[in-house]
Amino acid sequence: MSESIVRALKCRECGQEYAIEPTHVCEFCFGPLEVVYDYDKLQGKFTRELIESRPQTMWRYKELLPIDGEPTVGVQNGFTPLVRAKNLEKVLGVKELYIKNDSVCYPTLSFKDRVVSVALSKAVEFGFKTVACASTGNLAGSVAANAAAAGLESYVFIPHDLEQGKVLGAGIFGTKIIGIKGKYDDVNRLCSEVAGKYGWAFVNVNVRPFYAEGSKSLGYEMMEQLGWRAPKHVVVPMASGSLCTKVDKSIKEFIKLGLIEDNGTAVYGAQATGCSPISKSVKDGTDLIHPVHADTIAKSLAIGNPADGYYANRVIKESGGWAEDVSDQEVVDAMKLLAETEGIFAETAGGVTLGCAMKMIESGRLPRDESIVLCITGNGLKTQEAIIDAIAKPRIIDANLKEFDALAEADGVATTDK
Amino acid sequence: MKLRVYLTFDEATVREPIIWKLAKEFDVITNIRTAEVKNNMGLVGLEIEGADDVVEQAIIWLGQQGVHVEPIEQNVIEG
Ligand SMILES: Cc1ncc(COP(=O)(O)O)c(C=O)c1O
Ligand SMILES: [Zn+2]
Repeated sequence: MSESIVRALKCRECGQEYAIEPTHVCEFCFGPLEVVYDYDKLQGKFTRELIESRPQTMWRYKELLPIDGEPTVGVQNGFTPLVRAKNLEKVLGVKELYIKNDSVCYPTLSFKDRVVSVALSKAVEFGFKTVACASTGNLAGSVAANAAAAGLESYVFIPHDLEQGKVLGAGIFGTKIIGIKGKYDDVNRLCSEVAGKYGWAFVNVNVRPFYAEGSKSLGYEMMEQLGWRAPKHVVVPMASGSLCTKVDKSIKEFIKLGLIEDNGTAVYGAQATGCSPISKSVKDGTDLIHPVHADTIAKSLAIGNPADGYYANRVIKESGGWAEDVSDQEVVDAMKLLAETEGIFAETAGGVTLGCAMKMIESGRLPRDESIVLCITGNGLKTQEAIIDAIAKPRIIDANLKEFDALAEADGVATTDK
Repeated sequence: MKLRVYLTFDEATVREPIIWKLAKEFDVITNIRTAEVKNNMGLVGLEIEGADDVVEQAIIWLGQQGVHVEPIEQNVIEG
């Protein structure tokens, strides 16, 4: 592989640059650090043909991911389907709708496998033996699984009242799982202190700048799968707001590298009403994020004090997008609609994304006649509690043809008897 | 110790001279590293330096004043 084009860590506020180290805040102004690259070094070398010749994983774009050598964790991750949602198009009355389906991301069924493979590959490069995270659920499972496969020790911290599927989906991997009495924001606060005290790679604290870059791969794939173009509109679920900013960054990078034309893509954010500090700031026309106490069934998105809220807000406004929020009932309805129209069982965050998209189509914020991509980022099997009362139960009968015939007749189904 | 925190002020607290009061009430050195203040909200990145227990007390006091305190990460300086 060609030499790394990673230049430095750079403060997003004051611009101060730092060497590549496990650190995440600027010493001067406490601003967050971001990985910056020397894109010029790739000019003419990073082509569509080169990318297409590589295995179908997120690492086919490795030049734009912040590791030095070859990935050592999550080598097979990414490259999920982009689905043309013909049935949903009809229901919503839109012309061109796609679903980027990360509910089947390898290996733990959420887009977090992207960020974790970058974070842990980088942690290995830094020489860490133990990795950790503060999580709303999906991240915990992904860190646990990818750490297990890479032979790393892991500690995962979650709010104590998460869905069974999320707790089990982390515990199975033999990680050290800690439930914190409190909300995600309390978990995060504790982890910030733990990270300062124990010499671990905390994927969303001290290695956060590297971790966050992994989300760009979702955007790269989306553009390649659309036939090397960006959509006119992309709708992204928001918790910390990181994914939203990185989808935008991925598009800008592809434009800069000449891989796609600038399509003027607008980025839209989606949150649940019970935890919508970023959407509220966009609607209110301010760029300050008021922390809230999260209360929603979309637990994976329940971050009341979002670290990248300000930047997500800015991306949404500058790109010409918008943000929405939906009630828990609308989340459930949208989860069912997605499943019934497209055969995709998304988690609550997927319901938030589709629900918000529907609201923005209704309000005219999302035009009906231009291409739209919905980012579906997690799997419904992990959040079964949310919909268990909302779906039809099986009708129980004896193993007896007569009983079934009675049922079929009630359903108005014809037999093939002549 | 030297502790780095983000303070979020809301409508009720944004006009109060809370950081000045903090330094009067407690024997700590405060160093504002970043600040953004609007009509109904403020965000301040603050470094607080002093004896361990005094810094801890100061953080509790800030919370009691209605300020949202978010540690950036614990950074214990030796000595
Ligand atoms: C399924 C799912 N979608 C979206 C997100 C949002 O991620 P971000 O924190 O990057 O906004 C999360 C975060 O936990 C998630 O679990
Ligand atoms: Zn800075």
